[in-house]
Amino acid sequence: MCRSPFPNLGVSMADIQTLSGNRLRRDTDFFRKNKLVIMPLVFIAPAFAMFSLFVIYPIIQSIALSFTEWQGIGPKKWVGLDNYRLLLGDPVFWTSLVNNVYWLVFFLLAPVLGLFVALFLNQNVFGIRLVKSLFFFPFVVSQIVVGLIFAWFYDPAFGLLATMLEPLGIKIPAILANEDWATFGIIIAGLWPQTAYCMILYLTGLNSVNPEMIEAARLDGAKGWQLLVKIVLPQLRAATFIALVVTVIGALRSFDLVAVMTEGGPYNSSNVLAYYMYDNAIFRYRMGYASAIATILFLIMDVYIAWFLMRLLKSEKGAS
Amino acid sequence: MFPRPIQDSSRSRQLMYKIALPISLVIWLLPMIAIVATAGRSLSDLNYGNYWGIPSEWAFVENFSAVFGSSSIGIYLLNSVIITLPSIAGALFLSTLAGAGLALYKFRGRFLILALFIAGNFVPFQILMIPVRQLTLDLGVYDTYWGVILFQIAFQTGFCTFFMRNFIADLPFELVEAARAEGVSEWNILTHIIVPLVRPALAALAVLQFTFIWNDFFWPLILIQSDELRPITLGLTTLKGQYISSFNLLAAGSLIAALPPVMMFFAMQRHFIAGLTLGASKG
Repeated sequence: MCRSPFPNLGVSMADIQTLSGNRLRRDTDFFRKNKLVIMPLVFIAPAFAMFSLFVIYPIIQSIALSFTEWQGIGPKKWVGLDNYRLLLGDPVFWTSLVNNVYWLVFFLLAPVLGLFVALFLNQNVFGIRLVKSLFFFPFVVSQIVVGLIFAWFYDPAFGLLATMLEPLGIKIPAILANEDWATFGIIIAGLWPQTAYCMILYLTGLNSVNPEMIEAARLDGAKGWQLLVKIVLPQLRAATFIALVVTVIGALRSFDLVAVMTEGGPYNSSNVLAYYMYDNAIFRYRMGYASAIATILFLIMDVYIAWFLMRLLKSEKGAS
Repeated sequence: MFPRPIQDSSRSRQLMYKIALPISLVIWLLPMIAIVATAGRSLSDLNYGNYWGIPSEWAFVENFSAVFGSSSIGIYLLNSVIITLPSIAGALFLSTLAGAGLALYKFRGRFLILALFIAGNFVPFQILMIPVRQLTLDLGVYDTYWGVILFQIAFQTGFCTFFMRNFIADLPFELVEAARAEGVSEWNILTHIIVPLVRPALAALAVLQFTFIWNDFFWPLILIQSDELRPITLGLTTLKGQYISSFNLLAAGSLIAALPPVMMFFAMQRHFIAGLTLGASKG
């Protein structure tokens, strides 16, 4: 009997020996000597080829395109930095950029709200699993559906919001048709699934909080807010990090909700860079100009991507 | 445990918590409840301005069959399935290979490749939009299912590779070393030892990818033109124009669109959350 050296994995030494019997004897010497170099390349090549073709190379192409004037068909004309100069004088670009900043700032409420919802739900009472799932499920629903739901919810004539506020004597404006309110109306719709996402990250994080440290701190007289800030939050750093990353990226990527709720209107007041880029490329055939907008959005996002990667690779390299 | 278990507090506080729980849930889901209630309202109620009062009759069956009968929603749903399933299979296949390649071998540049996969997944779609559209035109797959499927496979492979690589790196490496010492080929190590062990990760990824790809709106918007190829997210915007004055039908359509990922989530919840929170508890 050959006892498995890896009892929990369901793989026994006998299995491994059977496998080695199947080995191809035709391996050349060169291959055998270098297989630990060749095999990873073979394994990674298909994924890397696809990813390069559809993601990495297009990024370079887009940046190159931003220095040209192109209608999507016919020859491209090199215009240097003209597109970027035009952008600086384009009021809609500035509105979109400012709106992206609003998205970014207000979206950061999602990790905060998510934490509080998670703290509220982190109990062991009857039915709590179902309640947690129901709190989470806005995240599973498509943003297009979320947009339609909120558009109906906000409707000034028939919407539930107006209907509920009417007896209180509050009359709301037509949120999505109002230049001052539209962006915030969309952001609130976006916060709904985003908060759910952060909540689930924190619920998982709370599961792995060290109970002994909490008890020790309680014995020392720490409680409530103090306990949360000094003992619990530091242990939730990993969850906070992920929540911040996905929230920032989500805020800068906002497109679906804008497309389905306002299409950037009224008068571009709720436009964001992602949608303004699409608008220029698809409806006005200004590919070079659109690429310049995309490049700027890409550069803004790079700051966060770089931050994320640096932290991630630091922990990876530390581990291996 | 934090916060303190509610069982340790007074009776009245426990009662308060148990009352607050369903109330907060209703408030949280209010927009959703509104859409469900609307999907069951008859057209005559809406025409008489009875939007939120007690409905004169529930019309769920009528509304849902009206949506299926008067719109292409059945085709849109089918298109979503046709696009989503091959995309998941392709992304899982490529990323299992690449994840193993990055986790099982130590070679220079492996962190750089991993970093590219991760970073590529966070870029704004707009920076890819025009060249990818052009690429699908050049490959002859613009306005076909394949255009979207190929892009989804390529793009989702980034996240999936990161995920698989982490999962495989956490497996006991001695297993691979023992197999190598016995002369098992690298390919057999992957297919006979690694793949059976990563099944939970594959399940988690499959569920997660199902919702991501099913709910995606942008890429079919860019890469598909024909109405008969549109997936449900795009189809909903068509429905929005078609049912401009009958919101009950649009509401029913929205619920139909939301249902598959919601069912997937409730059926595979454990896997779903495991996929979503990977890395949230470590690192």
